[in-house]
Amino acid sequence: MSISRRNALFSIILIAIGTWLFAGCASEHRFIKKTAFQKAHMIVIEFAGPVDEAWALDAYNYAVCEKPDPDIRLKIQDIALSNDRRTVTLTFVDALNQNQPHRVTIRSIASEGKSLGDAIVSVKKVYLGYLFSILIGAMIINNFVFTKYLGLCVFFGTSQRKSTAVGMGITFTIVMVVSAMMSWFLYQFVLQPYRLDFLQIVVFIGLVSLSVQAVDTILRKVNPMLFKAFGVYLVLVIANCIIIAVPLILADNEYNAFESLMLALGAGLGFLVALFLMSSVRERLELANVPPTYRGLPIAFVVAGLFALAFLGFSGMSIF
Amino acid sequence: MPATTKTNFQLISNGILNENPIFRLALSMCPAVGISTTVMNGIMLGIAVLFVQVFSSCTISAIKNYIHPRIRIPTYTLTIATWVTVIDLVLAAYMPAAYKEMGIFVKLIVAFAIITMRLEIFACKNTVSASFWDGIGMGLGFMFGMVALGFVRELLGMGTILGYDVLGFRPLLFFVLPAAGFFCVGIMMAMFNYMELVYNRKKKAKRT
Repeated sequence: MSISRRNALFSIILIAIGTWLFAGCASEHRFIKKTAFQKAHMIVIEFAGPVDEAWALDAYNYAVCEKPDPDIRLKIQDIALSNDRRTVTLTFVDALNQNQPHRVTIRSIASEGKSLGDAIVSVKKVYLGYLFSILIGAMIINNFVFTKYLGLCVFFGTSQRKSTAVGMGITFTIVMVVSAMMSWFLYQFVLQPYRLDFLQIVVFIGLVSLSVQAVDTILRKVNPMLFKAFGVYLVLVIANCIIIAVPLILADNEYNAFESLMLALGAGLGFLVALFLMSSVRERLELANVPPTYRGLPIAFVVAGLFALAFLGFSGMSIF
Repeated sequence: MPATTKTNFQLISNGILNENPIFRLALSMCPAVGISTTVMNGIMLGIAVLFVQVFSSCTISAIKNYIHPRIRIPTYTLTIATWVTVIDLVLAAYMPAAYKEMGIFVKLIVAFAIITMRLEIFACKNTVSASFWDGIGMGLGFMFGMVALGFVRELLGMGTILGYDVLGFRPLLFFVLPAAGFFCVGIMMAMFNYMELVYNRKKKAKRT
């Protein structure tokens, strides 16, 4: 009884933190309530109060670009204002690439005679499918081992037995999610506001070692059986480049809380998938007649190369 | 391991040949597979690793008497992270093109097993000057591995060396593909093994 109550309390706290983070990050300007894509050509911007019509219909006040290339400005064909003067619909000449986040720069918002300053807001597809596509993308399409070539030392070290591979994969996923969420939080709310971006490497590596230590201690107390099974892999987690690469990617791309969670989960599960595939092959390889010069690591590398070629087939695939 | 008695030259050659980080110790494989597509990449990342290795080796061996043994690993990590930040900012400021090419790998030097390993088994037991030469040896060994891989992949994939056209045609476009990195490393390791095998056989033949 007490355990289930504790679990319930814990999940409620988690959900509360999650919604708070999500609400806090949905919009970057206090006067802009919502931004969204509509159909193929349109972006809708919803304001908190009525804006002046003359200001809203002037195309000069909006600059829209895709986030990766800020130099290419998208041409606006038409601007429409809703009757309550709270919603502006921008129609573009060309269809928008909705898989990329867009950035809208709005010049000195005018509302009832007052100017409310400039605003830079980003427009993203936000729905479950998008989160799911990040998860699958990190897991399979951009698998960290086979298409980004990270974490190879641990990958080759622990893929000899299937049981070892699964244990390592699960431990890694847990630590990955914990440390990525912590470093995302620290980056968004401490490093970025105080302009300490240059400290990110030092901070992230420190956080990773701390979270490995924390998972070690907690697991030892809470579930000694699990600790016995997975404890040995915890030390290895720290030597894996993926665990430090994911926070750096999150910091570069400015993902929000849920997207970060999905990317971290995808990276962990992708590592698990890669380890499982590789260990299945290597168990078979032990029975095969491999030339003496290729025994051990060299043949493992060739096998990994074949896997990488296979995973190349997924490249460029987009879900939704 | 007691303090080393090797000369400086032996320390360097040890890093390049006997304990080559890529082909013999099989550590820090990620960049060896990921960005060894050209010789230039290999040289650039090699310089970055050399810098980090030498400076963190010197730092640790200089302060080795003040580090409590129980917190030595976090100390190493933070030292490396500091020097990686330095090289990261320097490269981003002065060589933006090369920095962009290497992408995230410069920052990932912080997770390279080779650097931590050298601090743990060498720098914390030896003098500053010996650690300096050991760091140079390891850095050069890493650079040698990266350049060798880059040489093969650039020559076979694009027919060029350092951007100059050498062959005039493209023999095997396959080698530019990222996946070919795995094959290249595997085949090169096999070659190293083969050389060792032949060498040992000759030695045996001589003895009998």
